[in-house]
Amino acid sequence: MSKVHLHLVEPRRLRMLRVLPGLMRAPLVALSGLVLAVILGAALLASWLAPHDPGLLDPVMRLRPASADHPLGTDSYGRDLLSRVLHGARVSLAIGVGTTIVAVAVGLAVGLIAGFFRRLDAVVMRVVDGLMAIPNVLLAITIVTLSGASLWTVIIAITIPEVPRVIRLVRSVVLSVREEHYVEAAIALGSPLRRILWRHVLPNSFAPLIVQGSYVCASAILTEAVLSFLGAGINPVTPSWGNIMADGRGFFRLRPELIFWPGLCVSLTILSINILGDALRDTLDPRLIKRGGER
Amino acid sequence: MSGFILRRILASIPVLLVVAVAVFMLLRLTPGDPASVIAGDNATVEQLARIRDQLGLDKPFHRQFAEWILRLLEGDFGTSIISGTPVMRLIADRIEPTLSLALSTITLSVLIAVPLGALAAARQGSLLDRTVIALCIIGFSVPVFVIAYGLIQIFAVQLRWLPVQGFRSISLGIWPFAERLIMPTLALTFLYMALIARMTRTSVLEVLGEDFVRTARAKGITEAAVFLRHALRNAAVPIVTIIGIGFALLISGVVVTESVFNLPGIGRLTIDAVLARDYPVVQAVILLSSLLYVVINLAIDVIYVALDPRIRY
Repeated sequence: MSKVHLHLVEPRRLRMLRVLPGLMRAPLVALSGLVLAVILGAALLASWLAPHDPGLLDPVMRLRPASADHPLGTDSYGRDLLSRVLHGARVSLAIGVGTTIVAVAVGLAVGLIAGFFRRLDAVVMRVVDGLMAIPNVLLAITIVTLSGASLWTVIIAITIPEVPRVIRLVRSVVLSVREEHYVEAAIALGSPLRRILWRHVLPNSFAPLIVQGSYVCASAILTEAVLSFLGAGINPVTPSWGNIMADGRGFFRLRPELIFWPGLCVSLTILSINILGDALRDTLDPRLIKRGGER
Repeated sequence: MSGFILRRILASIPVLLVVAVAVFMLLRLTPGDPASVIAGDNATVEQLARIRDQLGLDKPFHRQFAEWILRLLEGDFGTSIISGTPVMRLIADRIEPTLSLALSTITLSVLIAVPLGALAAARQGSLLDRTVIALCIIGFSVPVFVIAYGLIQIFAVQLRWLPVQGFRSISLGIWPFAERLIMPTLALTFLYMALIARMTRTSVLEVLGEDFVRTARAKGITEAAVFLRHALRNAAVPIVTIIGIGFALLISGVVVTESVFNLPGIGRLTIDAVLARDYPVVQAVILLSSLLYVVINLAIDVIYVALDPRIRY
């Protein structure tokens, strides 16, 4: 048995590693990778790169245009915009990565169970349908307002509307893998469920999950920006791209850059993740993932 | 046929029940006393008691839920804690801007996105195709409010063609109504269009690869006829489906757009209610929008079966 498994499983994993350098040869994809690397760098090195303390209030310097001391100008409290935008990268990336990990982990577990146990499946899918009927911004904003705006609450609030899509995806993979002859054979040979899940289902879920994960990440960053912009996101003491823009709303006519710079950062980040996700999808498995309606 | 419709309606009941349970649990599962969560830190004892009484928080869980569902079925969606007005009245007062924005967005999106997506599929790999794909990814990636502020900067601040924000009822004249709706509609269309154009392109491409399209071409029918009569018609089902599924996305977009352009619609009502912790209002809006979503998708499914004899469930 183990030899058979080896042939079935290994090439897929190897292919995952092999596609990455190939992907980077497409200029747009490489550019997206570069943009993400720069933003990741900004997030990690924000404390060193930022010219000022992002929370430092300076009432005399309110709403100043760009100058040598403040390369992007200052906000309505006289805080340095560049420093805030750099620090804002941390929140967006933390939310994106945090949500993706939680949503994929929970979605994978529930999806595997739903796909294998038909009785549970009916119940799980009704819950999934119900959750997908609730507009995600409304759901997330309500959770944040009720439970307080800490980083973790925001991650949970953004994750809950994302999980159903992952569950659906994993379940569909399980259902299609179950029909494969080698899985039928494994079941007939009496392989324990644990082994079937680990050896057959999981490797097959890998590629679509990575692609779906990239969309979840993009969508999470977008939702966080929307929540903060509406005034129901992370506490404004911690700068995030969304709440910098929320802050700048009242002064848009005077200083459009308060919206422009964080808006550009959040758009470029999401755009890059989506381009990478699409490129991964086209390379890894063009049939398995349908993007339409998944958002 | 009627059997299918009945089954389909019955199948949406558990979905609505899940939504109701989720909305009900949201407030009750929040750590701490729900009444003080709603009332905030400076609430008086009387205020707390009033909220507890209004939401029935002193009764056991299942009683609360059953009574609440019964009231919902009677059409009683509760009363705003802040203003004391029945929620349905509040929503009725705010429906005009929201409905105008949603309808104009759906219309404009479909008018632009379906031809664009179909043309992109007809000329796969062309410059047009690649432009459409790029527009779709951008539409998915740029937050609606960023596009909205871009439009404001161009059309209201620099060109001064349109008012920055606000709303005038259509009863006060067509142009004052329309000029304030142009930018919100454009901003939201950008997002919704991306969804529809992408789906149109994919499904037309799929149909163009089918055997009957090859047969039609082999018969010597002009390419235009093949495209209109065979490809587009058969691609219609997934396109209409995505318009229905995208409705949830549209609602989220409406909330944001109304906030940016200061439209006194249901989105603004919701955000104000969320920030003021007016929970009955939030609850009613979530329930009603989910109900609308389920009903729209139900209607779409039923229409297919009526229109397309091949679809049998």
